[in-house]
Amino acid sequence: MKITGAQALLKCLEEQKVDTVFGFPGGAVIDLYDEILQSDKLTHVLVRHEQAAVHAADAYARVIGDVGVALVTSGPGATNTVTGIASAYLDSIPIVVFTGQVPTGLIGNDAFQEVDIVGITRPCTKHNYLVKDVKDLVPTIREAFYLARTGRPGPVLIDLPKDVMAAMVNFPAPKPVKMRTYQPTYKPHPGQIEKACKKILQAKRPVLYIGGGVIASKAHEEVTELARKLDIPVTMTLMGLGGFPGTDPLAMGMLGMHGTYYSNMAVARCDLLIGVGARFDDRVTGRIDAFAPHAEIIHIDIDPTSISKNVEVDIPIVADCKHALAAMNTWFDRSDLFNEEDEKEKRQPWLEQIDEWKAEHPLSYAKDTNKIKPQFVVEKLHELTGGDAIITTEVGQNQMWAAQFYHFNHPRAFMTSGGLGVMGYGFPAAIGAQMAARDRTVIDIAGDGSIQMNIQELATAKQYNCPVKIAILNNNYLGMVRQWQELFYDKRYSATTLDVAPDFVLLAEAYGAVGLRATKPDEVEPVIKEALATDNVVIMDFVIDREEGVYPMVPAGKATTEMLLV
Amino acid sequence: MRHTISVLLQNKPGVLSRITGLFSGRGFNIESLSVAQTLEPGLSCLTLMTSGDSQIVEQITKQLHKLIDVIKVTDITETDYVEREMALIRVKAESTTRAEVLRITDIFRGRVVDVGAKSYAIEVTGSCGKVQACVDLLRPIGIQEIVRTGTIAMTRSTK
Ligand SMILES: Cc1ncc(C[n+]2csc(CCOP(=O)(O)OP(=O)(O)O)c2C)c(N)n1
Ligand SMILES: [Mg+2]
Repeated sequence: MKITGAQALLKCLEEQKVDTVFGFPGGAVIDLYDEILQSDKLTHVLVRHEQAAVHAADAYARVIGDVGVALVTSGPGATNTVTGIASAYLDSIPIVVFTGQVPTGLIGNDAFQEVDIVGITRPCTKHNYLVKDVKDLVPTIREAFYLARTGRPGPVLIDLPKDVMAAMVNFPAPKPVKMRTYQPTYKPHPGQIEKACKKILQAKRPVLYIGGGVIASKAHEEVTELARKLDIPVTMTLMGLGGFPGTDPLAMGMLGMHGTYYSNMAVARCDLLIGVGARFDDRVTGRIDAFAPHAEIIHIDIDPTSISKNVEVDIPIVADCKHALAAMNTWFDRSDLFNEEDEKEKRQPWLEQIDEWKAEHPLSYAKDTNKIKPQFVVEKLHELTGGDAIITTEVGQNQMWAAQFYHFNHPRAFMTSGGLGVMGYGFPAAIGAQMAARDRTVIDIAGDGSIQMNIQELATAKQYNCPVKIAILNNNYLGMVRQWQELFYDKRYSATTLDVAPDFVLLAEAYGAVGLRATKPDEVEPVIKEALATDNVVIMDFVIDREEGVYPMVPAGKATTEMLLV
Repeated sequence: MRHTISVLLQNKPGVLSRITGLFSGRGFNIESLSVAQTLEPGLSCLTLMTSGDSQIVEQITKQLHKLIDVIKVTDITETDYVEREMALIRVKAESTTRAEVLRITDIFRGRVVDVGAKSYAIEVTGSCGKVQACVDLLRPIGIQEIVRTGTIAMTRSTK
């Protein structure tokens, strides 16, 4: 029996176990929306801006550990997704974005609401497709999901001309996707594993440097086992937070530009750096020739292009992090060369050195009894949620304070636009996360600037009963840019003062949400408690010490040991 | 250093722009590029010449390979291979220079493919260097127009 393209698409979503789609309609996808209305298997979340649909799908994907889906119309609907797609691309998040397109006969004619979205998103998708023939529709969708979730995950876009959605097609029987041109390497080369393990046994001062790949490949247990088996201290990238328990004695927190003093010192002094699912990004390395200058480097990554891209690597291991770490753990368990007690004893001086650094310059801030310190707010959020909330962030100082002071113990609990740094990510992401985890507490740690970039999603949160909490660290500044201007531009605050700002409490109320405000440190705890006890969307407006900065800070282009400290 | 890279790819819409986009987006050079179908339907072979240090060329080959439509990438620079390029050159050919043009064409085993009242169009094929040498010799006589293909290359069979 033949069905329409639109019906086939919905069947594909069911086949891919997609139960939630974030989207926004328009003429080019009206047939599809007509089908969605009749589907009882699919929840469609109507966002208020297409960018939000993609961020929400991104966070949804992160929480469930599978593919998130967004659906938008042609032209402006499609172009509005670009920021979200680029963010998912840089963070390697598996999403599939469906865009409407003008009918095939009109493509290329500058038709109403026509854009070449496949051309526009070519450099920021893992792959993308224009489906010109309804016969290709189902195989293309299957391939797209396969690409999004396998190998190094990433966004895939499918452009759907309106006539293809209306055309009739036989639904082909499911069969596993096999692609001649795409075969990611999952299993590590055993010789490389052995080399790496032997190198680790020779090292006196090893450091594990883990990134988002550990979370993507669900390798947190394997990495934790390895670290504890050999007492190797662990530093994490922004994307890697939660990949190893943040409160573990071996955890050193984040490294790089706003990393901890001890992480950066440890990397600078280590004799072996074991990079796992991280990509040696410039925010991590600082001045490249001063990065881990005494270390040999082992690098595990599923994407060969990440290896030796920025930093020359001694032992490359192309593999899925989970497989590679498991293989290393097994190697140590079986090897006569490895004796856990000896190894741990050998590690003592190095761990003592790191403890000294921790004592010298812990993560800290100047406490104040009159002004609310943003770090204090994040610490309180951690305390009052038992460290168990899902945290999303906006971008700027709020993002760094969240990363530094909410000590993530679990993977898939921290969602941030790491690679692209999109202001406006956090709130739609919180909605996406809440849709995926209805019983969890979800908090967007926000800046007063960023929150305004997707504030319209208050309506979405209300409509779908997502009681997300927004904690605005309100400095009335584009704080991170202001901090740079303070430090490197003689306090010339060009365009970073938000002279006109909404009253966030009233704003929340306008949407039927709850608004709370704290202006004194002793109001912080009651406000958080009230917010957590409220079964509604809540904006907490924390009026913070305006000129507070994020420290430590490595100025751009400096060595990571050249930190500005509190 | 100059590298010759051979890429086997699926002949899907937009595949060329994925390749050129990769080069422009990442700031890699393309010195020449040529592409045509292979024996296997649906597959094309692309030869491109690029330059860069070994680290850059390693990134280029890895990034090319990462493209979903690409099947195989080989940097054939270090292997034993033949390369060919073809040029069509329209050169001034007046009574005083005609003989000289024919002589140069002959040296490079080229052919005259079009004769005009005051010009000859000649065809030369050879390695990129050979074609360039021919162009350099003809230039003083007066080249009016020139069209060159990109280089194509094939590894020699192992004996
Ligand atoms: C969409 C977008 N535009 C501009 C920037 C540059 N930028 C980075 S941080 C920042 C300031 C953010 O201000 P706010 O949200 O108030 O956060 P704060 O730093 O004050 O915590 C800006 C403008 C960005 N990251 N994203
Ligand atoms: Mg701010």
